[in-house]
Amino acid sequence: MIKLNNIHKSYEMGNNSLHVLKGIDLEIEQGDFVSIMGSSGSGKSTLLNILGMLDNYDKGSYHLAGNLIQNMSEKKSAKLRNDMVGFVFQSFNLISFKNAMENVALPLYYKGIPRKKRNLIAMEYLEKMGLKEWANHMPNEMSGGQKQRVAIARALISNPKIILADEPTGALDSATSYEVMEILKDVNDSGITVIIVTHEHDIAALTNQIIRLKDGLIHEIIRNGELKEFKKNLIRGLEIA
Amino acid sequence: MEGQGGGYMFDLDLWSEIISALKKNRMRSFMTAFGVFWGIFMLIVMSGAGKALENGVLDGVKAFATNSAFFWTDRTSIPYAGFQRGRNWHYETADIQYIRDNVKEVEYLSPRLFGNEQGGNNTIRGERTGAYQVYGDYPDYFKIDRWSTNKGRLINEIDMLQERKVCDIGERVEEVMFAKGENPIGQYLKINGVYFQVVGVIHAETRINIGGGKKEETIIIPYTTMQKAYNFGNVVYFFSVTAQKGTKVSDLEDKLKVLLKARHKVAPEDLQAIGSFNIEKEFVKFSALFLGIQVLTWIVGIGTLLAGVIGVSNIMLVIIKERTQEIGIQRAIGATPATVIKHIVAESVFLTVMAGYVGLSLGVGVLEILNRILLQAGDKMFFRNPHVDLTMALSALAVLVVAGIIAGLIPAKRAVSIKPIDAIRDEG
Repeated sequence: MIKLNNIHKSYEMGNNSLHVLKGIDLEIEQGDFVSIMGSSGSGKSTLLNILGMLDNYDKGSYHLAGNLIQNMSEKKSAKLRNDMVGFVFQSFNLISFKNAMENVALPLYYKGIPRKKRNLIAMEYLEKMGLKEWANHMPNEMSGGQKQRVAIARALISNPKIILADEPTGALDSATSYEVMEILKDVNDSGITVIIVTHEHDIAALTNQIIRLKDGLIHEIIRNGELKEFKKNLIRGLEIA
Repeated sequence: MEGQGGGYMFDLDLWSEIISALKKNRMRSFMTAFGVFWGIFMLIVMSGAGKALENGVLDGVKAFATNSAFFWTDRTSIPYAGFQRGRNWHYETADIQYIRDNVKEVEYLSPRLFGNEQGGNNTIRGERTGAYQVYGDYPDYFKIDRWSTNKGRLINEIDMLQERKVCDIGERVEEVMFAKGENPIGQYLKINGVYFQVVGVIHAETRINIGGGKKEETIIIPYTTMQKAYNFGNVVYFFSVTAQKGTKVSDLEDKLKVLLKARHKVAPEDLQAIGSFNIEKEFVKFSALFLGIQVLTWIVGIGTLLAGVIGVSNIMLVIIKERTQEIGIQRAIGATPATVIKHIVAESVFLTVMAGYVGLSLGVGVLEILNRILLQAGDKMFFRNPHVDLTMALSALAVLVVAGIIAGLIPAKRAVSIKPIDAIRDEG
């Protein structure tokens, strides 16, 4: 599904060049549930940008569902993004002057689907999220958890292959965080690859694979089996506490 | 939701998106629109007012021959040729004839006699009386200072030759001396004790007034009749001339002064003895004034317009912050940069045009109301018929549309150049 080969990325900061990603090799299977962890500056956001085709890389190669993603025009990458990827953000990032339904329907607008039809589809997704009654509410009338569910509905509406979530629980209390993770788990169960960036261990522990970044390189990958161990340790730790 | 039925056309969808975005961002829309509105509104009102002033003043003088000069006499101030200073003297009928015959630069020449010396009510018709300016004029006078006829005709050469006792009367004279609906033509007025038949009701085309008083309270009779009927003899108090094409009236003015001084034994260096007035000089002043007003209008107009444009761009730049995030989200969920730019520019142009249109209409409306008020005040105002040059208004609007495009394009380009993730993380 996702295949990164020796990805390098630097940012020009005036005369200095900041080397953020220093050769990332990574493979993520279709239907995987992955979390990317790392301290700030480790390059996790940059990696997410590249995965989401929101940024270019300097060296290496990135294959998404068999397509080489390289030096694409903005138009083409926007199209591919719209078809393949759904985004969920830490601060929900709903458009403040659109109600829940309109927010969910927005990706379909960019696909050129007529208003009536896209609003109908949006209602379906809101219903799945248990937010049917909130369809006509503006974002500022909803709780954080509700907003994030709207955002997830918006990410799902264009039938993406991948959901990229940037700190999806960063602005939520722990109970709501688990709710949101539950939803993302359901999404994953329906066959969609879910990749989240987080710095919370307990959230990362809910995924199948944890990728730790350190200084622009993959520091360690904790896979399924080890993850169970990781979880056990964590739960034990919690119980003691 | 609004816009049902518009679903199949992408453009309609675009517009309903834009309008809903504008509606839901009232403050930002209003602020943007207001800058443009104010720019256009001020430009229209300003240029209209400038035009009105020009119209007002020019209407009052444009029918007046610009190449005319006027002459009268005063006491001498220098003793000369055996005469003491302080001598009272006048032009004579012979001077008029002499000038006509010998000074080829003269186009029209019209002497004038003033017949209201005794003051008080000088005009009587039955029980109606009035005090009016009475002038004896040559028909050429109407070629220097234009009058039009409301009824009847102007004084002509035959009246002069036959010394007919006829008169042209101003509009106010008709109002006072005749009943409403009564036809004054053919009726008689007793003016300074002599009966004159009314042959015309005349309207002054200019507000330049020689001899004082109001022009609508004027009675004009043939010069020769005036001379005879009131015993003026050969004396000419006042005359006006116009210069032939190609001759500067001030040159003619100087030439005639020298000639008249010589004919009447007035010292050549005597500046007081001949009074004269040259309307060309006044016209030069007027022209300069209007050039000044026009330049001012344009400077202020362009300034206001620029302020409007800067206002629009400024507000656009201020709102870029909240837009940055909005645009980041839109791009993350599949909007192409072109779509984003199209949206913002369309929003900006839509606002600018709407605001410009409202400013234009309101500006024209204000001028129209002003015009109504002025019309009620009559045509004595030096401020009249304020209106806007359509070309000017439209080009101003065009400038604003272009400004709107630029004002939308700059922040849109900037917003698009920011990586979506950075834009989204940019916590407003």
